Amino acid sequence: MVDNRSDTRVSMRTPLARAKGLGAAGHGAGEWWIHRMTAVSNVPLVVAFVIIVAAIAGRPYAEAVRFVSHPIVAIPLVLLIVSIANHMRMGVQIIIEDYVHQKGAKIAALMANTFFAIVIAAACIFSILKISFTAA
Amino acid sequence: MAMNAPAPRPLSPHLQIYRWSWTMAMSVVHRITGSALYAGTVLLTIWLVALASGPEAYSWVGWFFGSPIGYLVLFAYTWILMHHMLGGVRHLIWDFGHGMEPTERIWLARMTLIGSTLLTVLIWAVVLLAR
Repeated sequence: MVDNRSDTRVSMRTPLARAKGLGAAGHGAGEWWIHRMTAVSNVPLVVAFVIIVAAIAGRPYAEAVRFVSHPIVAIPLVLLIVSIANHMRMGVQIIIEDYVHQKGAKIAALMANTFFAIVIAAACIFSILKISFTAA
Repeated sequence: MAMNAPAPRPLSPHLQIYRWSWTMAMSVVHRITGSALYAGTVLLTIWLVALASGPEAYSWVGWFFGSPIGYLVLFAYTWILMHHMLGGVRHLIWDFGHGMEPTERIWLARMTLIGSTLLTVLIWAVVLLAR
């Protein structure tokens, strides 16, 4: 294949990419792969989640706690949180990169996105573990 | 650095230029449902934190989700979750290079909508009949 990287008329590469010589090759593929991997793990975990929520809906507090505290429920819930938190952070990062072009706003949005995903994950996992370890 | 001014790079027109198609609509909906699920994790977090906090907090959350608005939110949540899940499966099929022919990809896009609606109705029928 002809190397036409230096000619912007035939290449989609920006001058900056030419200067760095890398394009997006630094880490783009890794993020893409983790996004797909979490998409795959989301499927069985979401199915489990729907069954768990359907089973708990409308039950009194003590029963709900006993249900969630069981390892067969608590473990898939923790895995679900890890999987969706990563998946949604990467998904929204793509949306931010598509629509937010002003540098400062973009950095702020990307940071807020990561913080949001971490706070959600920490709060959910802490709650599941607390329910599991303190349930009678 | 001696450099010629870069030639204008090709630009893609935005959404409003195109005629709507099934694949385009389902692509847009996939992104919207993904964003909705992002916001929806707040509800999941409130539910789990309330359950970990005690009976009083949990009764408030139970009151909300048991209200007509709560039911509506949960029903919409179910459809959004099913739609994004099936949309994701569709993208995985494409990632492996299958279902790219015009008839196939339109069929897949339609099945995302039909399948998510059927699954949502099925889940709610089971839940409501089981109690």
